[in-house]
Amino acid sequence: MKTEGKKAIWKDYQKEIAEDKYYYVRSCVRQNFFPGSETTFLKIMRDVLKKDVFENPCHTTCTGIGYHGDIVPVETTMTVVARQFALMTESGYENLMPSCITSFGLYTEILDTWHHFPDVEEKIRKQLRKATCREFKVPKNLAHSSDVIYKFRKEISTKAKYRLINKNTGEPLKVVDHIGCHYAKMFPSKGVGGAEYPYVLAGMVEEWGGQVIDYPERRHCCGFGFRQYLIQANRGFSIACSKEKFESMKPYKPDMIITNCPGCPMFLDRWQYVINDMEGKTYGADGEGIPVFTYEEVAGLVLGFDPWDLGLQMHQTDCEPLLRKIGIEYDPEAKYVLNGVNTNINASTYLEVR
Amino acid sequence: MPEIRNYHEMLMKDIRFEEGLKACMNCGVCTAICPAAEFYNYDPRQVVDTVQSGDNDEIEKLLKSETIWYCGECMSCKTRCPRGNAPGLVIMALRGLSQDLGFFVESEKGRQQLAMKRIVGQWILDRGYCLYLEGVGTSMHPEQGPVWDWIQANWKDLFKRLGANYQGEGPGILRKIPEEALDEIRKIFDVTGGTARFEKIEEASREKAMEMNLTLGEGIDNEYFRHIYKTNNNSHTRQK
Repeated sequence: MKTEGKKAIWKDYQKEIAEDKYYYVRSCVRQNFFPGSETTFLKIMRDVLKKDVFENPCHTTCTGIGYHGDIVPVETTMTVVARQFALMTESGYENLMPSCITSFGLYTEILDTWHHFPDVEEKIRKQLRKATCREFKVPKNLAHSSDVIYKFRKEISTKAKYRLINKNTGEPLKVVDHIGCHYAKMFPSKGVGGAEYPYVLAGMVEEWGGQVIDYPERRHCCGFGFRQYLIQANRGFSIACSKEKFESMKPYKPDMIITNCPGCPMFLDRWQYVINDMEGKTYGADGEGIPVFTYEEVAGLVLGFDPWDLGLQMHQTDCEPLLRKIGIEYDPEAKYVLNGVNTNINASTYLEVR
Repeated sequence: MPEIRNYHEMLMKDIRFEEGLKACMNCGVCTAICPAAEFYNYDPRQVVDTVQSGDNDEIEKLLKSETIWYCGECMSCKTRCPRGNAPGLVIMALRGLSQDLGFFVESEKGRQQLAMKRIVGQWILDRGYCLYLEGVGTSMHPEQGPVWDWIQANWKDLFKRLGANYQGEGPGILRKIPEEALDEIRKIFDVTGGTARFEKIEEASREKAMEMNLTLGEGIDNEYFRHIYKTNNNSHTRQK
């Protein structure tokens, strides 16, 4: 089959993704907001795909939010990252797999800087030695955890229990993909599909039966902006960015949003709630919100994992309309059950964005 | 006689400045794509033009301005610049210098850096995470909605249910990072200028709080913190 036009362009941006033996570093945001996603990811990697994934408990934040909040100087961040590399080296691994897009972007930026300025790398090595007595090798392969799911999307598809298809119409679900700015905007060649025609999530969606929507503000930032969200006085910027995306995607009638970066799903989820609260406006069909997912959650859903094991009860915008569209078997009554106790009996009514 | 500083030379010492700016031709593509320029009174093309001019007085004005704090560091500018420049990196160099010189307290948006330091900076040094949200409720984050109240009320059981190793030994989600690891992070901050940056932010903020006649104690429960965290004089955004 001849591949033409825009579909051919992303093929120029292929990247090498390691086959096995990954050193996993966690995401601060994903751990706090989407813990079920990291749990699901490791379950898929280890139990479904039978891959070797190692985590060193001594790893820390890369300082990414502090770095992009500009309180942490560049050399401090580089040295903390060098310590992450040292722990990887000491653990006997060389394929670094961060769970966070900000971290992934930062590791990419630092490796690029060291490539252009070897004296900076040498200085950082000395500083790390002075502070921790550690030495490191730079990673042989750097792939975000979504790159790895993309690599094995066909294997996941062969084991899938569900497809991203509307069970009532038989039509593919219409999916908005949101890549996250720091995945490829700085270094397009380091992301699958580059910055202009990102394919890392689109490849998963198409493989699992869905149809990706190409809408005008597809590349626009979700609005995190680090200090722009974290400081209350600046949050107007954050919600304005998300709103611009919602307005742009609405005419295309998306069934769901799939995200790459740990922060974006939180903003795209919560700002729908706020816009609804402030203006009474919703962006999905029938007065509902547009359910927002992490790529780990979507992979878990097609593999038939229980939605409440994935952590979908932590979303503010209700995910259940999408579960019903696909025809996923689940127990709505179990949503807020913890230790056998229903912790929020009335939640199913007031947590919906309507 | 006061020391005469050459701000352009000081910026050149930041590797991001060297990486982010080769002769800009002022085409304005960065401004066209910039989400912050859509929302704020902000024009990255002008920022780069000012910095590139080397005009010391103008750069000093920039370092004390609201302008340099509007960027969201999404780096969309890097993708589009026909010369491969990154105005976002130039902004990061400007923000670093503004803090190291204590100029950041001269603007409403710049003063917010103390809040960034006391929230994110403290989590990094105390816990080893940029965020640690148990106990952070909807009073500071009302946008998190009713689901966040439910999460906060059921934090430990919920995180256990979702496979976290909350405050536990060994690997896992929100594990307790060993004290030896945290000591290493703190030493890195000491050796590389992170601690000095934090101290400068505190020192300049203390002086500014006195000047503004606002109390500034430790932590986040004081007049100055509340002021910088919540105040928006509504002069920052573009009028449509």
